[in-house]
Amino acid sequence: MVEVRPLPSADSPLVEAVDLAKHFDVSPPWLTRVLERQPRTLLKAVDGVSFAVPRGRTFSLVGESGCGKSTVARLAVGLYTPTAGRLVFDGTDLAGLNSRAAMAPVRRRLQMIFQDPFASLNPRWRVRDIVAEPIRAHGLLSETRAIDRRVGELLELVRLTAADGQKYPHEFSGGQRQRISIARALASNPEFLVCDEPTSALDVSVQAQILNLMKDLQRELGLTYLFISHDLAVVYHISDYVGVMYLGRLVEWGEARSLFRKPQHPYTRMLLDAIPDLEMTGRRRIPVRGEVPSPMNPPSGCHFYPRCPFANERCRAEVPLSITLPHGGEVRCHAVEEGRLTEAAVRQALGRGASAP
Amino acid sequence: MSVPGRNSPTSVARHPAERAGRPPSALARLRDSDLWYSFTRSPITVISALIVLLFFLGALFAPWIAPYNPFDPASLNLMDGFTPPMGEAFSGNSYLLGTDDQGRDVLSAILYGARISLFVGFCAVLFAMVLGISLGLLAGYKGGWIDSLIMRIADVQLSFPAILVALLIFGVARATLPRSFQEDMVIYVLIVAIGLSDWVQYARTVRGTTMVEKNKEYVQAARVIGVHPMLIMLRHVLPNVMGPVLVIATIGLALAIIAEATLSFLGVGVPPTTPSLGTLIRIGNDYLFSGEWWITLFPGLALILLALSVNLLGDWLRDALNPKLR
Repeated sequence: MVEVRPLPSADSPLVEAVDLAKHFDVSPPWLTRVLERQPRTLLKAVDGVSFAVPRGRTFSLVGESGCGKSTVARLAVGLYTPTAGRLVFDGTDLAGLNSRAAMAPVRRRLQMIFQDPFASLNPRWRVRDIVAEPIRAHGLLSETRAIDRRVGELLELVRLTAADGQKYPHEFSGGQRQRISIARALASNPEFLVCDEPTSALDVSVQAQILNLMKDLQRELGLTYLFISHDLAVVYHISDYVGVMYLGRLVEWGEARSLFRKPQHPYTRMLLDAIPDLEMTGRRRIPVRGEVPSPMNPPSGCHFYPRCPFANERCRAEVPLSITLPHGGEVRCHAVEEGRLTEAAVRQALGRGASAP
Repeated sequence: MSVPGRNSPTSVARHPAERAGRPPSALARLRDSDLWYSFTRSPITVISALIVLLFFLGALFAPWIAPYNPFDPASLNLMDGFTPPMGEAFSGNSYLLGTDDQGRDVLSAILYGARISLFVGFCAVLFAMVLGISLGLLAGYKGGWIDSLIMRIADVQLSFPAILVALLIFGVARATLPRSFQEDMVIYVLIVAIGLSDWVQYARTVRGTTMVEKNKEYVQAARVIGVHPMLIMLRHVLPNVMGPVLVIATIGLALAIIAEATLSFLGVGVPPTTPSLGTLIRIGNDYLFSGEWWITLFPGLALILLALSVNLLGDWLRDALNPKLR
């Protein structure tokens, strides 16, 4: 498929996904399949996704639920092994490391923050043991006192106090628990953090605290983030680069600012149109139409064509390849490639030109 | 969301003293727990617990409590056989619950018998628990063909009555072990036989809970950290599956005691020289229709009382640990 071209402003990327794919076998049991003559059913959760995350930057993946963004997160930390493609972390292909021993040195350098702060901490462990788990697992420190000191430092790094280590997770609020999660993720001095919707289970006010903490930590520790979210406001706040996923494919990716200012792909445009904001109040807007089709039986050609106002016969038949945009970034859309998406056509289709009531 | 087992005495942090920074004593923690509260609110449970405790103490201190030593052939007087309860024996001794055919005091035999029954029951449950938990954890956590293999074996075994499996294992063991070995080993063979016939339900429960737990994010976090799968199973998953296992183990204890009694009643369990409750019932059964009812009745009552009490305790534990019923 398409070669990955580094974005213009990028240094050498720390993490690079090349045609990454993950297919889940969701077939009925073997006997049922034989008796009822059903073929194997594959769910293509991730289908040829390529992106690169430069060192010290934040790359966000956005998309509706079920589009495969969490699967990418789990592929990135090695919880899943890819069906095809490569995931290169600082020069090593994670898919090639199939034993735990081979994985160990890389494991220390990449960590994950999970969505649900109530499920991601073992309810029976004290916080200090939770935070110390990576230190003990990798044998980074051996003395109890040294571990305690390090745990205290980590808790203070996420703006908690060292004394909080004595407590159990259920004594904390959601935001505080997410801080504990971050402290645990930072315990092994990782360079790369995968954040799978770290703020979607939190209140809006707490969301901002966690996001700002993550930004501060990125600046202080030089962290690289892969950020998964469906919340575009959060993504705009934290990202340097954004990729938009639709049904297992990356439809558009580029620098956050230009992607938000000049969205190219019809799906990106519709997503951005769906953000509620005060300025647009009272204006007529076209919501994202329809539902995401089932990934078990995706549409032919461009996955988005059934919901796309600009689709034609070519979109139905042919999978669009990615094209580089003049201002950087890439998009996979026939209409963009053919220049069919003129401002007038878009305005017409999306109803942006409609007069205010 | 509910934290599994947060009402158990192990979740200590809920105690006010803990929040103030002082670790409370174990007793204070127990007194403060929901489990203790629900225990004291259920008179049947308290009575059951007392009966089980009495049996335990009786069994433990049998050599000191029992009026006679039924294992000592020298002290037996065959002429005292078939003395009815409270009746005057030939030798002038008085026996509260009568004597059996060989002149053994039934009360003493019950105390000593409960000792063997409880020992076999406990060890069998422990054996079944360790085996079932290990296989269940392995099946649930690893999945794939290991899971299929273990669970198919479990299914096959479940399709036979447990007592039949125990009989089979006992028979095989008797046939393979050298004869000189058998007398000493018979209790351990019994324990293994009952344990092997009973591991399936532990494995099934643990497997189910493990499959739920392993998809929780804290287990995934441990996997991302790179913790060894063995340690994840033991330190993350195991403590969170112990609640249901504890309930099954309690009810399983009653079942194991009954299984031991059944095997002994069928004559394949412990030998008559060191009788368990089941052996006593079998001995008495021979004389039931000739009028010596006490030889079988009292061990039988003891067995019913013990099994019932343990069962009621298990029922209470199941309800007390079930957050939906509180």
